[in-house]
Amino acid sequence: MDFHLTPEEEAFRAEVRAFLDELLPPGTNAMDPKFVANWQRRVREKRWVGFSWPQEVGGGGGSIMQQVILKEEMAKRKAPPLGACFMGLAWVGPAIVEYGTGAQKQRFIPDILDGKYQWCTGYSEPGSGSDLASLQCRAVKDGDQYVVNGQKIWTSIAMWSKWMILLVRTGPPATGDNKHDGITCLLVEMETPGITVRPIRNMSGGAMFAEVFFDDVRVPVEHRLGEEGQGWKVTVSALAHERSSIAEVEGLLRKLDELVELAEKSVKNGRPALADDGVRRRIARFETRIEAMRMNGMRFLTQQLKGEPLGAETSINKLHRAELEVEMGDLALEIQGSAGHLEKEVDGGRWQRFALSWPEVVIGGGTPNIQRNIIAERVLGLPKD
Amino acid sequence: MNFGFTEEQDLLRQEVRKFLDAHAPMEAVRKLAETPEGFSRELWKQMGELGWLGLTIPEAHGGAGLGMVDLVVVLEETGRTLFPSPLLATTLAAAAIRDAGSEAQQARWLPRLADGSTIGTIALQEAGDRFDPAGVRLAGRRVGKDWLLAGDKVQVLDGAAADLLVVAFRTGAGDGEIALGVVERGAAGLTVEATPSIDGTRRVARVRCDGVRVAADALLGGAGTGAPALARLLDRAAAAAAAETIGAAEGALRLTVDYARERVQFGSPIGRFQGVKHPLAEMYVDVESFKSLLYYAAWCLDQGDPEAARFVSMAKAYAGEAFARIGIDGVQLHGGVGYTWEYDIQMYLKRSKWARAAFGDPDHHYDRVARLRTEAR
Repeated sequence: MDFHLTPEEEAFRAEVRAFLDELLPPGTNAMDPKFVANWQRRVREKRWVGFSWPQEVGGGGGSIMQQVILKEEMAKRKAPPLGACFMGLAWVGPAIVEYGTGAQKQRFIPDILDGKYQWCTGYSEPGSGSDLASLQCRAVKDGDQYVVNGQKIWTSIAMWSKWMILLVRTGPPATGDNKHDGITCLLVEMETPGITVRPIRNMSGGAMFAEVFFDDVRVPVEHRLGEEGQGWKVTVSALAHERSSIAEVEGLLRKLDELVELAEKSVKNGRPALADDGVRRRIARFETRIEAMRMNGMRFLTQQLKGEPLGAETSINKLHRAELEVEMGDLALEIQGSAGHLEKEVDGGRWQRFALSWPEVVIGGGTPNIQRNIIAERVLGLPKD
Repeated sequence: MNFGFTEEQDLLRQEVRKFLDAHAPMEAVRKLAETPEGFSRELWKQMGELGWLGLTIPEAHGGAGLGMVDLVVVLEETGRTLFPSPLLATTLAAAAIRDAGSEAQQARWLPRLADGSTIGTIALQEAGDRFDPAGVRLAGRRVGKDWLLAGDKVQVLDGAAADLLVVAFRTGAGDGEIALGVVERGAAGLTVEATPSIDGTRRVARVRCDGVRVAADALLGGAGTGAPALARLLDRAAAAAAAETIGAAEGALRLTVDYARERVQFGSPIGRFQGVKHPLAEMYVDVESFKSLLYYAAWCLDQGDPEAARFVSMAKAYAGEAFARIGIDGVQLHGGVGYTWEYDIQMYLKRSKWARAAFGDPDHHYDRVARLRTEAR
């Protein structure tokens, strides 16, 4: 056991810190368009956008430890995102790097790195949520095109996206054990005729995701990612890139700081809520779970550094994250007392928005009960449902 | 960066597990729990020969000179089958002497603790369960260069078997006026009275001091300067208890998972039902998580890292809370047989009641985490 960094890793940390000192001096307005443009240009020059990708495709070729250090330092300083194309960088890009043809890489990767436009993800369907592999959206080959018919749902930012990574069924209908076969992955331009996007208003009043309808939508075969029938494999490997628990931890710790500030200025029984034993213990419990996530992440990282792939263990931190998102938002409103249900009375309503947006994190990417199934079946060896 | 065990530590784990599998399977543990003394002197002797009792004692004093992380490996394994022995108590007594004792004091006691010829323990806790210097009320009265002690200690680990006790006492009314002194079995005025636990694998005792003499050369460090040493000892004790809890919680989880795979109801192993598999998944999440916290806490203790206190408290709070839940859910998931004396799961439930409170319960440690956070701001 040794938590010290090598001199090279320390040097990299210093480089990141110096960069952040220069670009993010106190009082920086990270929303200012001029700042954003300069920030994105500078981090792109550093090759920190797509930092984990191979250098041949324009990525940074960063080692696992360097990625961790970069994410940690960025999160500590609440730095803006590296790059503008969120889903493109998180999993579409990695999937194209791994399974894409030369032409696909050339066409899409530079745009993702430069953040030219957004990608969205067409996985879930009305009848296929937690049981994603039962999806029914169908594509039939017609010459050098696929003809797609069906519906997707919970597609985040579909209305602002230019491209979609789409899972369709090309094989026979989904049945039992073979439902993973016959799924194919397509890259679809959202302006293609036959696509209709209908935003869904969520419980916080906003609309981040949408329903997407496909009506005889024609997709060139050259836009298929991976082989026909291999879509499940492409998806699983793409989602495996979605691992950033260290940055998550820093984000949660910042949120916890804000919660402590709220508890300090809120009054409960005639004194600051932060002086209340019950409140203090709940906050300490949050801190304990967040630090446990960090240390779990370190153990997983050690496994990765040894070249051992991660399996169901990552569900552990997903479960912690889910509980923390719900409980922290709930405590924030509870501390506000009878004003907790008012829309904008305290801090402009930011805690109300927080407490009404947890489903994005908690439900998306597999509900807590699905995570528990994964652990019970794959780690503990209990029989499948 | 490497958050894993070394090859030597992995070997140590295998060695301990093999020894316990051979000499102390659950049937043997149950038998020991029914004996008056509660542990096997023969196995104790062998553990001394294998070097596990002196694991963290310096080589110069007959030990292996290893650290807390190594000790965690051994305690996890002894916790797994609730193996009864004064290992935890003796190790903590040695840690106190090594930490606060002079070279002469170390030379006097550590070799005997390392080979097991002396069983040691720490007597810190008093009625009222306060795990801070203010909780120490046992009074010391100065007589020449010596101290005479008057007062009681409770829930002293393996107190009845102990040949040597490290006792925390008060040298004055001031906050930090605390000292640690070594008292040996048979000292005049010392009464040790076993207080049976619902957990037969864990022996504790009430220790009464009525004019027990701590000679000047048995005082660890100076008089009235023992508070920091006491705080370090409490951290070490809480970490050691949490380390044992990892093994115990994993043992309880393993038993319950095995049962859920074998027990058939409604034509299916009950482990197929989400009402059964989800609590088991939660147990796994909790054990892995407090394990991560505890491993890091142990590393911080070895490094003298200032984060040690916060991480010990987080690990102990989480471990105490989670193991208590695991004990209850474990019995419940076993159904009716979980209630029987015959099935082992109830033994873990009983251990969890000790583990939750030992060296500070979850509330105590969460309060400390909250305090440390406020101080850091």
